[in-house]
Amino acid sequence: MKAATKTNLKLASLVLGMFCFGFALVPIYDVFCEITGLNGKVSGPTITEYDENFNSREIKILFVTKNNENMAWNFTSEKRILDAETGTAYTVDYTFENPTDYPMVAQAIPSVSPGKGAQYFHKTECFCFEEQLLQPGEKLTMPVRFIIDPDLPSDVPVLTLGYTLFDITESHIKLQASN
Amino acid sequence: MMFIKRIFAALIACCVSLPLFAGWGDVNMTPGVNALSREIFDLHMTIFWICVVIGALVLGFMVYLIVAFRKKEGDKPAQFDDHPVLEMTWTVLFAVILAVMAIPATFTMIRAYDDAEGDINILITGHQWKWQYEYLEDEVSFFSNLATDLDQRNNIAPKSDNYLLEVDEPLVIPTNKRIRFLITANDVIHSWWVPDFAVKQDAIPGFINTAWTQVDEEGIFRGQCTELCGQYHGYMPVVVKAVSPEDYDVWVNEKKEAKIQQALLTEKLWSTEELYEIGEGVYQTNCVACHQVNGEGLPPVFPALAGSDLVLNDKAKQIEILMEGVQGAAMQSYAEQLSEVDIAAVITYTRKAWGNDASGDGEIVIPKEILDYKNNKL
Amino acid sequence: MSAVIDSHSDDHHHGPAKGITRWLYTTNHKDIGTLYLWFSFLMLFLGGAMAMVIRAELFEPGSQIVSPEFYNQMLTNHGLIMVFGAVMPAFVGLANWIIPMQIGAPDMALPRMNNLSFWILPVAFGILISTFFMEGGGPNFGWTFYAPLSTTYAPPTVTFFIFAVHIMGASSIMGSINIITTILNMRAPGMTFMKMPLFTWTWLITAYLLIAVMPVLAGAVTMMLMDIHFGTSFFNAAGGGDPVLFQHIFWFFGHPEVYIMILPAFGIVSHIIETFSRKPIFGYTSMVYAIASIAILSFIVWAHHMFTVGMPIAGELFFMYTTMLIAIPTGVKVFNWLSTMFKGSISFETPMLFSIAFVALFTIGGLSGLMLAIAPADFQYHDTYFVVAHFHYVLVPGAIFGIIAGVYYWLPKWTGNMYDEVLGKTHFWMSFISVNITFFPMHFVGLAGMPRRIPDYALQFADFNMVISIGAFIFGLTQLLFLFVILKSIFAGKQATTEVWEGAKGLEWTVASPAPYHTFETPPEVK
Repeated sequence: MKAATKTNLKLASLVLGMFCFGFALVPIYDVFCEITGLNGKVSGPTITEYDENFNSREIKILFVTKNNENMAWNFTSEKRILDAETGTAYTVDYTFENPTDYPMVAQAIPSVSPGKGAQYFHKTECFCFEEQLLQPGEKLTMPVRFIIDPDLPSDVPVLTLGYTLFDITESHIKLQASN
Repeated sequence: MMFIKRIFAALIACCVSLPLFAGWGDVNMTPGVNALSREIFDLHMTIFWICVVIGALVLGFMVYLIVAFRKKEGDKPAQFDDHPVLEMTWTVLFAVILAVMAIPATFTMIRAYDDAEGDINILITGHQWKWQYEYLEDEVSFFSNLATDLDQRNNIAPKSDNYLLEVDEPLVIPTNKRIRFLITANDVIHSWWVPDFAVKQDAIPGFINTAWTQVDEEGIFRGQCTELCGQYHGYMPVVVKAVSPEDYDVWVNEKKEAKIQQALLTEKLWSTEELYEIGEGVYQTNCVACHQVNGEGLPPVFPALAGSDLVLNDKAKQIEILMEGVQGAAMQSYAEQLSEVDIAAVITYTRKAWGNDASGDGEIVIPKEILDYKNNKL
Repeated sequence: MSAVIDSHSDDHHHGPAKGITRWLYTTNHKDIGTLYLWFSFLMLFLGGAMAMVIRAELFEPGSQIVSPEFYNQMLTNHGLIMVFGAVMPAFVGLANWIIPMQIGAPDMALPRMNNLSFWILPVAFGILISTFFMEGGGPNFGWTFYAPLSTTYAPPTVTFFIFAVHIMGASSIMGSINIITTILNMRAPGMTFMKMPLFTWTWLITAYLLIAVMPVLAGAVTMMLMDIHFGTSFFNAAGGGDPVLFQHIFWFFGHPEVYIMILPAFGIVSHIIETFSRKPIFGYTSMVYAIASIAILSFIVWAHHMFTVGMPIAGELFFMYTTMLIAIPTGVKVFNWLSTMFKGSISFETPMLFSIAFVALFTIGGLSGLMLAIAPADFQYHDTYFVVAHFHYVLVPGAIFGIIAGVYYWLPKWTGNMYDEVLGKTHFWMSFISVNITFFPMHFVGLAGMPRRIPDYALQFADFNMVISIGAFIFGLTQLLFLFVILKSIFAGKQATTEVWEGAKGLEWTVASPAPYHTFETPPEVK
């Protein structure tokens, strides 16, 4: 029966290993997304050095703002379409306003499409992944500064930067209560 | 055995004749109305016929085996159990057939994934259970709801030709222009599908997917949501109306004009009857799913409106609920989906219908009040 | 039944206990196999009843008998119960009965765990079904339970659903460990790997698949649980999570799961075709390699379920190619079965009829699967009835016909009595015809544009849906006949011989019919 025990132990550790692997898929997926631009995850506020003699070209950028369900804020971008050039820095202002009579916490989730363009969309300043608290009636304007990498593949003539605003007041309260 | 054979023959006859009676369009994929959809259709037919041939050969060979090698008296079955050359041959053969299918599929795939710029960009948002269309260039935005009424769905009224495939306001696009769709969702995952365009793209909250189409001919094209999105998943059709570029411009201008008109309407003097009538229609489209036709709701999840103290006596709170939605409940904000007139009308309707008129304060709400509510927040 | 009588004369240590305790405390692989099989039969009828509700609702356009909300609960639980309650436990039951007898082992390696892995199953399904009577109703988000429909937007009973899935997973994992340990360590002397019967082979590989993917499913539902109750954001976009990640994890489990439900059927059908063709199986070695390669490939094809989520083109092409590759080993298996029949001396008893139908209809399901693998065409097929037709063709005339064939094949060995051949054949022809009436027209409505999982549909789909519903009702009723055939065999069949079938080979056919309560207490010698 010794051999059987050994087999069992091996199999049990395989089970444990695969359970952990299930969770490991989360960071693996994130890394994978960052490399491939899957789902338009942007690589964050990094900026790379360019060759002085890069060829800049024209590119159209669409700005999309969405509220997720039950999000009552007014959330708009200063412009919806921008004719831009690669390699040049631009700033677009986004306005947030809480029209309700209670304080709310929101989070804006960015998404760039097409996915293969995401890694060329360098934000130097943005409000993504920052929780934002607004008092009743408070209004706030925040900029997104970005540069489109001149290495952007030529078959991507247009990029869309989408922000979806989520109401996270409840989970924020939950989190604070647990701390 | 005769009996079994007869049943078998009947079955085959059924399978063959049904599609014949039904007509090709009812049993096969649509070739669609643009280059990509036709290309996908051709690809589909290619692989379909390859599969039919393979299937016919395999099943035909099976029939031969069944007939030729049925057990007979004094049979001596062969005892061979492998044939490496033959096995290698068919393995290679499979690989070749697969390659034949994969090559055209790859080229079609590349063409489907074309990120070129669009003449018109339309943001499509899936909501439980309706689609929202926003034209990014023209700042036109509206919701597209199922137009089939409950009587048809409940088998009370006869069903119209486009039962469950009709909406109150279709997406309008111009022909011969490249249309880019940006697709996202507001709550759960939906999927936007128009078979004639060969566009099926999941709408995922927080993410923007893209798809594109270019339609050569005018017409009305119908599709549906194809990702299970909750109880009314089957009731959120997609209707796209392709019109000539000239008509499209006219339509866009009308939409813009209507937006201005809407603002003026809120200034007008309204009678209770007018509001009640509009409100009833709004209620039928937007509210009955949860609050039911009789206003009884489906407690505890969807509260009753008939006899509700809030609806009877608290006008201000009711406006707030419609404008802001209810935190943590299914009630969403209608501030952006419905016009001021519609919101005022539907509140008026709920305050007057089902005997609420008699038991409550009976006050009506006019569009101006909704506009004021909006403005006060600014 | 006579096993019970025989054992009375023995020391009670060697025979089964009496009454309910025999079943509650049993550690005997045959008893546990019987329990699994009856449980899965019960679940087959429960899941089947749900399918009948679905088909009744879809009989005509317009609302028929249930609300859209209840319809969603039906389609979700039909899927969950058929996958986790009917097909998988039936295969585990067959494994329990047959594997020890095929490899000449006295019992399973871990008999007490075997008992536990069965008895937690009724608990799991009890929990799942009890959600129907709770506020908010049962799970309604499809058996694939995509987030956020299954998290943020789920009914409150989702927690019970998660708990039930955990228990089902634990049961499967324990069962698999048991099967692998038995096969690896308890084979009769002389039975090398390449002499192992194919059913044992398929189960060995299936068990490894289960061990590899069930913990991943457990991880996925754990993440759901944490998202729902502990404020994490694995799948919640608001917290930086990603709903698409759920689909990736789910299908990383889900695709191997599909093969878990078909590989053991491959094994069963191989035995039956070999027996009734009176010829050794053709290409045993290539069969084993084909199963192994299907299993390995199953880990790198999962995203073909997600061609429309907006993957980069490289991903689409990669998953398209890998999926197409699966056609090669599958085709090899089909050709091997046909070659086994070639120049044989074929007789057509019920198990053989079901097996031939399996090969024919599984081929149709396989070919529609190949069409679905073509990513650009899948844009049109995805989430339509074409997909429903495809997976029902591989699961009903595939997995379920395989199980039914196996039951007919081994039933005389279990009960000691033959089943009624005329009734068996009637059962086959009724099933064969109605299964095609049910699922074949689904291809048509799917191509014509009917999405899946809708409670009501446009008028152009009406005729076919009525045909489909009628076929489904006939198929459902026919399975009652199956129950009758089994009961008749237990209580009134004529005595079966030891060998049972003329061409049957393998150790399980060397023990008496019915198989004594304990077999192979001294291992047989395999040459």
